[in-house]
Amino acid sequence: MFVINCPYCGERDQSEFSCGGEAHIVRPKQPTELSDDEWAEYLFMRKNIKGVQFERWNHAHGCRKWFNMVRDTSNDKIHAVYKMGEKPPVI
Amino acid sequence: MKNKYSIFSLIKNAFSQHENWKQAWGNPEPKKEYEAVIVGGGGHGLATAYYLAKKHNMKNIAVLEKGWIGGGNTGRNTTIIRSNYLWDASAGLYDHALKIWENLSQELNYNIMFSQRGVMNLAHNLQDVRDLKRRTHANRLNGIDAVWLDTKQVKEFCPIINISQDIRYPVLGGTLQRRAGTARHDAVAWGYARGADAMGVDIIQNCEVKGIKRNGDHVEGLDTTKGFIKTKKIGVVAAGHSSVIANMAGLKLPLESKPLQALVSEPVKPIIDTVVMSNAVHAYVSQSDKGELVIGAGTDAYISYTQRGSHDVVEGTLKAILELYPIFSRMKMLRQWGGIVDICPDASPIISKTNIKGLYFNCGWGTGGFKATPGSGDLFAHTIANDEPHKLNAAFNLNRFVSGDLVDEHGAAAVAH
Repeated sequence: MFVINCPYCGERDQSEFSCGGEAHIVRPKQPTELSDDEWAEYLFMRKNIKGVQFERWNHAHGCRKWFNMVRDTSNDKIHAVYKMGEKPPVI
Repeated sequence: MKNKYSIFSLIKNAFSQHENWKQAWGNPEPKKEYEAVIVGGGGHGLATAYYLAKKHNMKNIAVLEKGWIGGGNTGRNTTIIRSNYLWDASAGLYDHALKIWENLSQELNYNIMFSQRGVMNLAHNLQDVRDLKRRTHANRLNGIDAVWLDTKQVKEFCPIINISQDIRYPVLGGTLQRRAGTARHDAVAWGYARGADAMGVDIIQNCEVKGIKRNGDHVEGLDTTKGFIKTKKIGVVAAGHSSVIANMAGLKLPLESKPLQALVSEPVKPIIDTVVMSNAVHAYVSQSDKGELVIGAGTDAYISYTQRGSHDVVEGTLKAILELYPIFSRMKMLRQWGGIVDICPDASPIISKTNIKGLYFNCGWGTGGFKATPGSGDLFAHTIANDEPHKLNAAFNLNRFVSGDLVDEHGAAAVAH
């Protein structure tokens, strides 16, 4: 359990948020041309990093906006929070 | 087996005040090379080594464990065993395990305290009722015992349940698998460790894998904190850390690792003689032989390797427990902990070869791996020894995420996910 600094609402309890998993997975531009392997990679395969991870979060019980977060999954320490569309910070 | 446990060995050792019992398994240094190496000394990994030695005559093998035997998820689960899954593939897999459980204490000459006290799954709304009835029919077609209980029969089977229809999630009925139950979880790991060791398997504790050496499309060995170990076959059974090991080999898996929490109460006299699970309110409870209530909560909905989990998850579970069992309202909780579980998108496990020759994965058990321990070990050993899956784990291959032939148990199997 931790506190998340929502870029729109400020510091709120983590239980107000839901996690959308790994960030910066780009939807394929030409879905019709994808092979089964490429679909599997896009839909299912994840880095599932133990350490610093870039991920998407949604302030589900607040402003309901999506944003990105850089968090260390080995100790839940949050390194950065940034809005959708912004360049990911270098950690 | 040398040092067989029996009434005679018990009497003999009583004369020496139980000070001369031999260690149940050895503490060897790793050899330079093994025929196969199992990464992960939990129940599944030790069972894999045990069946490799016993059924496939592979004796020159090692189990590498980062910590100590029984210190990971094997010692952190809520010990529930059942096989009432919806789909044919899952029913085959979990009932294979349940059949081995039934004779495991005798086979291992080690009391794993397997107790077929039954597992009851509750329904709290009309959709639950339809789903659970459908599942009992599916179970019976697969030869798995399952019965539907109405509200009155639920109360008869477990008298402390509150069946008032005025509560937020009233009990509308439930299913019961009588062959299901519990076992002493760490005894399972210890029993398999002792059995494997007796057949010559090296169990190497405090040995962490740091890298996997690949030569093109096949594996050559492992870098560990105790040096390089050469081997042509690596079976990874690392639960929540499967992705970490996969990344060392340049492989990505369809897994997310999340904390799953459980807690136990102060010990009390026998009050609940079965296991009751509820998917909808996400709470399950049984009572250990020591008298503690063993309560399982849900996962935290974010990736984490911290073995902690959030307080609100435990709070939600206990609210549900108190509504269903008002009698527990003044119980004190003794301990709470978390384990890291690796969850597949379809909530079914992976027991599979990979596209790297000699590298095998047994992972993705998510929130319910303990019940499958003996079957998982048996089938994974078969897969490693023959380089081909057994027919019971053929559906649980990695390629299903490419072909789309998923075993979608998510929400379909009375599984508390």
